[in-house]
Amino acid sequence: MNLGILTALNAERVARRAAVVVTDVGNGKQRLVKQADVAGDPLKAVLEKRIRMAKSGMEETPQGRVFLTVHVPSPQLVITGAVHISQTLAPVGQLLGYDVTIVDPRTAFASIERFPDVKVIAEWPDVALPPLGVDHYTAFVALTHDPKIDDPALLHALARDCFYIGALGSKKTHAKRVARLKEAGRSDADIARIHAPIGLDIGAISPAEIAVAIMGEITVRLRKKNEDATSSFPSPEKGGSERQRRSGEGSS
Amino acid sequence: MLSRDEDILKAAEDWRKGGRGVALATVVETWGSAPRPVGSNLVIDDRGNFLGSVSGGCVEGAVVTEALDVIESGKPKMLEFGVADEAAWNVGLSCGGTIRVFVEKVD
Repeated sequence: MNLGILTALNAERVARRAAVVVTDVGNGKQRLVKQADVAGDPLKAVLEKRIRMAKSGMEETPQGRVFLTVHVPSPQLVITGAVHISQTLAPVGQLLGYDVTIVDPRTAFASIERFPDVKVIAEWPDVALPPLGVDHYTAFVALTHDPKIDDPALLHALARDCFYIGALGSKKTHAKRVARLKEAGRSDADIARIHAPIGLDIGAISPAEIAVAIMGEITVRLRKKNEDATSSFPSPEKGGSERQRRSGEGSS
Repeated sequence: MLSRDEDILKAAEDWRKGGRGVALATVVETWGSAPRPVGSNLVIDDRGNFLGSVSGGCVEGAVVTEALDVIESGKPKMLEFGVADEAAWNVGLSCGGTIRVFVEKVD
């Protein structure tokens, strides 16, 4: 590999942007395709799929056989609320390969006894969230039920274009939340990106089941191409109405 | 897994910029049970130091030897390792798969 390509690749990785190295296995020639350049690339369809699946591999192309080394940032899961659901959601998220952080200013909740193996920050979102580098490769979940904590965090998640944003609460609770977020100046399209009620409809009742429903929904957003042909994961420039979810999902 | 991919590629960059001869090995194809997924990297320097893994330990020694050749010649190589005997899979040997590894010089 050319040192220039390697250096550029590492720069993309540090910046948490996807990139693919395309190697012609016939002659060893290589090129780097940055995420921003995928849309204009001759291998666009293959690159998009590979980035979405985070899967390296061989491809037959009109130009010959190529090997695609796919580099995507490791996803992170940021949760507000060191609550009962989080006690399952955090370890399940870790099992699925996410770097998990819980933010909750209420020290009684955010204790090491309740979360022995998770990064928990006992601070308000305005202090805790900016250093976390919340970005498109982040799933954000608001679970406190407290607008003072969840709302600023949701605004942050929307501004940072998280690939998944979910908020706990009934339809009634969410209607009130929508009104507050509109008052804060967010558009309908932005607000439509929030999954609420949160989680796949699997009939979840217990906090642990709700955690599974949430993680299932996050996985759908991570891996499945949208109905409207827009991948949720690799295209940070996309957003808004293209992300609208099917109505009627949700379990809590 | 001790080293994450980013560490390996960063090491490849740092080692090369530090003046060492460096080769990068990448798992490009696997069949059967392979211990490391496609895309896994091993970085090797001209003194035989290495970081990462392409097989979880089974074939690293051979890859390092080939990598030293690649560093010297500058020509990439495609290596294949595996157990051809299907019986080996049937008895459940964990390393019964086949992997193909691309070894290239960083220059």
